[in-house]
Amino acid sequence: MKTIGVIGAGVMGMGVAQNLAQAGYQVILVDIATEILTQARKEIYNQIRLQALFQKNKAAVLDPDSIIAQINFTTDYQQLKTAEYIIENATEKWEIKAKIYQTIDQICHPDCIFAVNTSCISITKIASLTKRPTKVIGTHYMNPVPMKTTVETIRGFHTSDATIETTKQLLATMGKECILVNDYPGFVSNRISHLFMNEAAFVVQDQVASAQEVDDIFKQCYGHKMGPLETADLIGLDTVVNSLEVLYESYQDPKFRCCPLLRKMVDAGLLGVKSGEGFYTY
Amino acid sequence: MMTSPEIEAKLRKFLAKYFRKHELQTDEDMFALGFVNSLFAMQLVMFLEKEFGIRIETKDLDLENFRSINNIIKLIETKLITV
Repeated sequence: MKTIGVIGAGVMGMGVAQNLAQAGYQVILVDIATEILTQARKEIYNQIRLQALFQKNKAAVLDPDSIIAQINFTTDYQQLKTAEYIIENATEKWEIKAKIYQTIDQICHPDCIFAVNTSCISITKIASLTKRPTKVIGTHYMNPVPMKTTVETIRGFHTSDATIETTKQLLATMGKECILVNDYPGFVSNRISHLFMNEAAFVVQDQVASAQEVDDIFKQCYGHKMGPLETADLIGLDTVVNSLEVLYESYQDPKFRCCPLLRKMVDAGLLGVKSGEGFYTY
Repeated sequence: MMTSPEIEAKLRKFLAKYFRKHELQTDEDMFALGFVNSLFAMQLVMFLEKEFGIRIETKDLDLENFRSINNIIKLIETKLITV
């Protein structure tokens, strides 16, 4: 494969585009607004440039200009006609994703695979919007994309072995391995991590311990790199609340009921890193 | 021309966000302390370029230059002279 389409130039989309370009692919990066694409170009350029910090051999350092030249930043979905594989990273909202898949199913070549980069939405449900359910697969990338080596890969009900194999190979060229799981809401990562973060919030709400103490217990007693509440702040408390609602709605299980403290913080504008304050101040 | 103490003050203000309870010594190895990671290194470079109006070249992008407050001040002063 030579040309990969990336939909959505947010945090995840930028990382995916950068990773693909560094791996030698031609990338078509699509978003709805020119301002977002302009910002993405600047951000990706800087990310590539600063990788030199972690490379001993300065001669092997990548040239940002030549990598950026491989990325076509566009608002025109029609340009995805030439894509052989698509990685979609738009907002985690069904209505938005639905519209995108209905659009690209018309534009893209019938052999083109659609990889859904989602943390919660059903791959099987997305596949039902298209005429190619065997070619729809879930690829849940971690942030920051170029630095993370493992991708949670999800088999939708109809996803074919061929689609999985092609995806495995593509990921390998990006320096990544995949762990293949089945399609249920939240898959593995989010289903368990959100229970963890939610319960950590309850512990703070019940005044058992402070946020710092909760995180320290997991970092110092269990060797976790980041505690549950720092992680929630990094993801964004509004995103965490939204994901819990999706899980609660999907499983109709009270264990996913959102901690009132989280809702209160979101209502007060405390969203975590993105707003400068969450459980911690930034 | 910015003085060393002025540079240090601006730098410490930025670093305070990452080293919450720790009083950083000027020659202390920030990366060895385990408080920060590779993402921090990138954010530090972006901050230095923006705050001091300097350009950090590929040859300067060596973690050694950013390891301690002293090293960073040395790098900034070199860049400010050439600007």
